[in-house]
Amino acid sequence: MSLDYQTMRTFADSWGLLYMFLIFVGVVLWTFRPGSKSASSDAANIPFKEDE
Amino acid sequence: MKNLPEAVAVGFAAFLALLAAAFAKDSLFQAHAFILMLVLLISSVFLIRRVKIASPGEVLMPADTSGYMDEVVRYGVIATTFWGIVGFLIGVLAASQLAWPDLNIEPWFNFGRLRPLHTSAVIFAFGGNALLATSFYVVQRTSRARLWGGNLAWFVFWGYQLFIVMAATGYLLGITQSREYAEPEWYVDLWLTVVWLAYLAVYLGTIIRRKEPHIYVANWFFLSFIVTVAMLHVVNNLAIPVSFLGVKSYSAFSGVQDALTQWWYGHNAVGFFLTAGFLGMMYYFIPKQAERPVYSYRLSIVHFWGLIFLYIWAGPHHLHYTALPDWAQTLGMVFSIMLWMPSWGGMINGLMTLSGAWDKLRTDPILRMMVISVAFYGMATFEGPMMSIKAVNSLSHYTDWTIGHVHSGALGWNGLITFGAIYYLVPKLWNRTQLYSLRLVNWHFWLATLGIVVYAAVMWVAGIQQGLMWREYDDQGYLVYAFVESVAAMHPYYVVRTIGGLLFLAGALVMAYNIYRTIRGDIRKEAPMGAAKPYLAPAE
Repeated sequence: MSLDYQTMRTFADSWGLLYMFLIFVGVVLWTFRPGSKSASSDAANIPFKEDE
Repeated sequence: MKNLPEAVAVGFAAFLALLAAAFAKDSLFQAHAFILMLVLLISSVFLIRRVKIASPGEVLMPADTSGYMDEVVRYGVIATTFWGIVGFLIGVLAASQLAWPDLNIEPWFNFGRLRPLHTSAVIFAFGGNALLATSFYVVQRTSRARLWGGNLAWFVFWGYQLFIVMAATGYLLGITQSREYAEPEWYVDLWLTVVWLAYLAVYLGTIIRRKEPHIYVANWFFLSFIVTVAMLHVVNNLAIPVSFLGVKSYSAFSGVQDALTQWWYGHNAVGFFLTAGFLGMMYYFIPKQAERPVYSYRLSIVHFWGLIFLYIWAGPHHLHYTALPDWAQTLGMVFSIMLWMPSWGGMINGLMTLSGAWDKLRTDPILRMMVISVAFYGMATFEGPMMSIKAVNSLSHYTDWTIGHVHSGALGWNGLITFGAIYYLVPKLWNRTQLYSLRLVNWHFWLATLGIVVYAAVMWVAGIQQGLMWREYDDQGYLVYAFVESVAAMHPYYVVRTIGGLLFLAGALVMAYNIYRTIRGDIRKEAPMGAAKPYLAPAE
């Protein structure tokens, strides 16, 4: 397979696009998974945990 | 023997700079090498004066490395203030040159050289130092770990200042690659690469040895800024130098590929340097100042990934109606419009952090500054996608509308969030109970906000008028206005724009005075913010 412009472009706007889109959807689903609420509220309080 | 190896290394580097000047291929490189030598010599004198050598029997105590490494953050805050004022001042000067062309002083101080000096000074010197200082501060607090790498953080700080000085003096001498926001020539680019990789090492090292299991979202933004800028900087500056000791180099790309590479870099300098990095500030300093956690942590994660996945594709919108293929222009436009969602998600997240604490805006001008900054973030990220739409762009492109847009983003969003962070940091870093004066912060707030509003509003009017004049045809199909008529018509706007810039500069000077007095430990006697007006009794 030659890595010319057309090949790379076709790959980018088909499989490449799908791959990135699925990763993004995965991230969003993971972020809003059931039970993430308490974990994220812990994380949101990290700035207030520092020992001054 | 403290600082001795550093002093020797800097002194040796000064000698190498002398050699470079002696064997230089062209006079510009020679001048630049002499400047480098001078800077390094002065630095080595300062270092030598700090060298401590143990007298017989004495044991030098190693520096305390148990707590957070804050000295470098203190230096960063002062550097931010200093470069900010320099950058704003050059901006006012450049604006005056447009209004009164007689102010162009050949050859070093004409507009063509001052303009990149202004953009680089505010973006990389002011903004860059703000990012260095705040990222070092935030990563230590949210990881509960000291900066990794010992003195490497100092190398990053001083190495970055050297980059700024070399870039700035290069512009004034006329040494330029003519790449937007990346004008320094190849040897300065190489130096920045070294410094930036050291920055990445310090930052990653600190995160890796964190005591907090979760990596707080501000660090995600800072890290993405550091990693992406490294990638953008290296690819955009791929070039072949003509000679080893000469200034000139040629880009590895040519034609429209080169143009797209430049704007892939240029727009992501906005997206990752001026947006992602400063969002790192927003996600730490607004919750701290408002004393409540971010509105929705989950939204901040979606904000992060949305921004990361979309921003990198938006660059082509700078090349509408050029030789760039149509599909690429449309792609840039579509991704820019999609950026509305994460940008506004982030803005809402920042603003809603105040829900239940809106009353604090009445008494806390620092928080007010941060909130108006997020509001400007929202406005600029609304305006930007709108201007990326091809039909709008056909009117706005090459006009002063773009300049107005950039400034509402840079002065409003980047400037005000940085000022807010500085006001938060200074009392903490210097162990002061409070700022010298909150009333002066309020003055700064109004000077800056008024300055930005004047600037942006004037540039809207100027830009739209320019765009309309350029495209006005008469019934014969001839252009109604010559280009120079549109230039002449801009004069009043350019004068008012200069006034807007002056207001913003005045605000920054008020800040510099305020933090100077705070560091000295003074507290101004004043009525607290939001209190009732003092009762005016006749003099006794």
